[in-house]
Amino acid sequence: MKAPIFAAGLFLATSALAQDTVLTVYAGDYVVSEWGPGPRIEELFEAQCDCDLQFKPGDLLPRLMLEGERTEADVVFGLNTDVTKQARESGLFAPHGVDLSALTLPIDWTDDVFLPFNYGHTAFVYNAELTEPPTSFDALLDAPDDLRLVIQDPRTSISGLALVLWVQSVYGEEAQAAWEKLAPKIVTVTKGWSESYGLFTDGEADMVLSYTTSPAYHIIAEEDTTKKAAIFPEGHYFMVELAAKLAGTDQPELAQQFMDFILTEDFQSMIATGNWSIPAALPKEKWPEGFQQLDLPEKVLFYSEDEAADLRDEAIEAWRAGLSQ
Amino acid sequence: MARRSVAVIAGAALAALTLGPIALVLWRAGGLGALGPGDWLALRFTLVQAVLSAGVSVALAVPVAKAFARQRFWGRGLLVALMGAPFILPVIVAVMGLIAVFGRNGLVNGVLSTLGLPVFDVYGLHGVVLAHVFFNLPLATRMLLQGWLAIPSERFRLAASLGLGARARVRVLDWPMIRRVAPGAFAVIFVICLTSFAVALTLGGGPRATTVELAIYQSMRFDFDLGRAAALALVQLALGLGAGVLALQASRVAGFGTGLDRPLPLSAGGLCTRAWDAGWLILAAAFLLVPLASVVLRGLPGLVQLGPDTWRAAGHSLMLALGSTALCLLWALPLTTRRGELWALMSIAISPLVLGTGLFLMLRPYVNPFSMALPVTGLINALMALPFALRILTPEAEAVARDYGRLRASLRMTPLAWLRLVWLPRLRRPLGFAAGLTAALAMGDLGVIALFADPDRATLPLQVYRLMGAYRMEAAAGAALLLLMFSLGLFWIFDRGGRVGAET
Repeated sequence: MKAPIFAAGLFLATSALAQDTVLTVYAGDYVVSEWGPGPRIEELFEAQCDCDLQFKPGDLLPRLMLEGERTEADVVFGLNTDVTKQARESGLFAPHGVDLSALTLPIDWTDDVFLPFNYGHTAFVYNAELTEPPTSFDALLDAPDDLRLVIQDPRTSISGLALVLWVQSVYGEEAQAAWEKLAPKIVTVTKGWSESYGLFTDGEADMVLSYTTSPAYHIIAEEDTTKKAAIFPEGHYFMVELAAKLAGTDQPELAQQFMDFILTEDFQSMIATGNWSIPAALPKEKWPEGFQQLDLPEKVLFYSEDEAADLRDEAIEAWRAGLSQ
Repeated sequence: MARRSVAVIAGAALAALTLGPIALVLWRAGGLGALGPGDWLALRFTLVQAVLSAGVSVALAVPVAKAFARQRFWGRGLLVALMGAPFILPVIVAVMGLIAVFGRNGLVNGVLSTLGLPVFDVYGLHGVVLAHVFFNLPLATRMLLQGWLAIPSERFRLAASLGLGARARVRVLDWPMIRRVAPGAFAVIFVICLTSFAVALTLGGGPRATTVELAIYQSMRFDFDLGRAAALALVQLALGLGAGVLALQASRVAGFGTGLDRPLPLSAGGLCTRAWDAGWLILAAAFLLVPLASVVLRGLPGLVQLGPDTWRAAGHSLMLALGSTALCLLWALPLTTRRGELWALMSIAISPLVLGTGLFLMLRPYVNPFSMALPVTGLINALMALPFALRILTPEAEAVARDYGRLRASLRMTPLAWLRLVWLPRLRRPLGFAAGLTAALAMGDLGVIALFADPDRATLPLQVYRLMGAYRMEAAAGAALLLLMFSLGLFWIFDRGGRVGAET
């Protein structure tokens, strides 16, 4: 019974919706799930645009590069700073034209193409049961070898890439030596964040590479205050998620309207619990309760996209060599 | 004549869908990329773990399958079906189950520490092999079990009436069958292990456990270096084909000829034999079922948290699985020859990521690939399952053609009568097994849908990842359990359907 309906749906999907103007937004897969920010964004934006916002989830950059100028995307939502150089060089994007004075990021942001919507920092998350959690990166390297750590592979995951850039930023030339010291504590390396976090919640590791904002999920959604992010004085690598408008969009006004919407308070006050990240343009007193309790680093480490692109291979190689000893 | 043209069409479709995507990716990249020193290390690790994984799986499967073939006991059919479950589990679920048993807080270490023994660390090359054996031992066992059951009972009677001893029986009955079936099983498992990377990485413990598939992933998704991805995909393909050719060479052993399908004379053996068989069955069942049980236990509390999205995803997966199964069987039937089987081996040696990207490039000029997400995934699943279906069907199909070909010629049977009266009834058992496997594999597949995903057409495995990505670990465990039940249910129904009335 279902198959013919489905097949008919395939052919009708485009024509039935044609009466509405459609804004096509490519987004990361996590955005569109029923617990991600996608459904809320859609609701809020459709209320003001008289249009149909359609999220197309998947791998953002590879897909855009494959499609090139023929892409149907009007807006891309969820790019990461460590890949913006490649994205910018593709020439596919147009300036966002949004006034950036509302931003509340811990770093200066002047990019006229990529617009931040939320951020967090790479951090090691642990359970309160862990006695004497390391209080600095050096302390982590010197911790006893039975401290068990799970991290992600920098070649397959964006958080894993952020970690090697973090180590590179803290230890520079000594990065490989730092990895060698860390190696005995690393239980395993996973393909993506989900697998690592699953191992951590299963008790397979004492600490997991995640984000400073991870404890907020446990506080707000589970009323569990035992998950903490270890804060290191050496500083934390900064991760920001970005939106951008396609130069070749056939809906330039709608796309612009969406870009303008991102820094509005409506959007910003929803994104914290929608995406479990800190809003990019909202003063701390307006963050949800659980976010205000978070331990956040005072020092933020960040590479410009050029620096990140230049250092990437070196940082990954230091990681590979350090862990392969 | 008509039969041959159907075979040609099926073979051409197979070739176009496996080689076409690589060619397109190559064309888009403007040529092959260079391989770096890291790639050669990855190649070495890939080979070592695939050889070990396939070798251990097949070696362990021999006594287990023999025990199943020889012993009759209550719940045997259920055990055979249940033990097949690991093969069809999504990687992430299986790894969690294995870690619940072999991990730091797992059962094994619980027992070891109460006995005051040193802790077992599952991460490393042995962890990778352990996981791959967990996945593939059931497949190897089923293939060998099919082989034993296909030996005509007249051969056993003859052996008994000649008064052959245990050793002689092994030499004239068991060994020729193992020689014929084991190389194929080894090749299929070797090729499956070639393209693994999430398991290898998670249980391998770090960058030393890098496989070629991981390098493909990196060059496609992070570096967008299509040339390097295509070069690596070709290397992987060559390895898979090489393994296939060697296996087919090695398995050129004559079959056992025809029988009258009389039930096997039961000979469970003496006490020693029975204890030996029981030991193997208990070990294998514990190894395969305890991790599954932990998936079930972990998933139960999460089942109530599943929202309508998850049930809808389950519906999509079910539809997808049935569609893939129908397509795969129709595709497999004309290809049940050695050459067809070799061709089909390519389709698992191909990186799913390269395949998906190639299809994307292929479809892009004509339709929106996203609107085709489910049909494309169904097609790819059928393609990916084809080698398994053929490995199961070909030996039987060849035997039928060989043993009944003269009968067919002398009776001048029409193709339809041949299919209806001889072919299908004789192939019912492997057909049911192949259909069950295809359905379950399609149910658990994640590979390609991730590339084409559409928010409204998610499949169940994708949903498990989404739940985990949204910190819903408990709900994810529930969804994983749902997936396990669906996969196992489909497998059981098809496999059962093929075995009704048979002694197996």
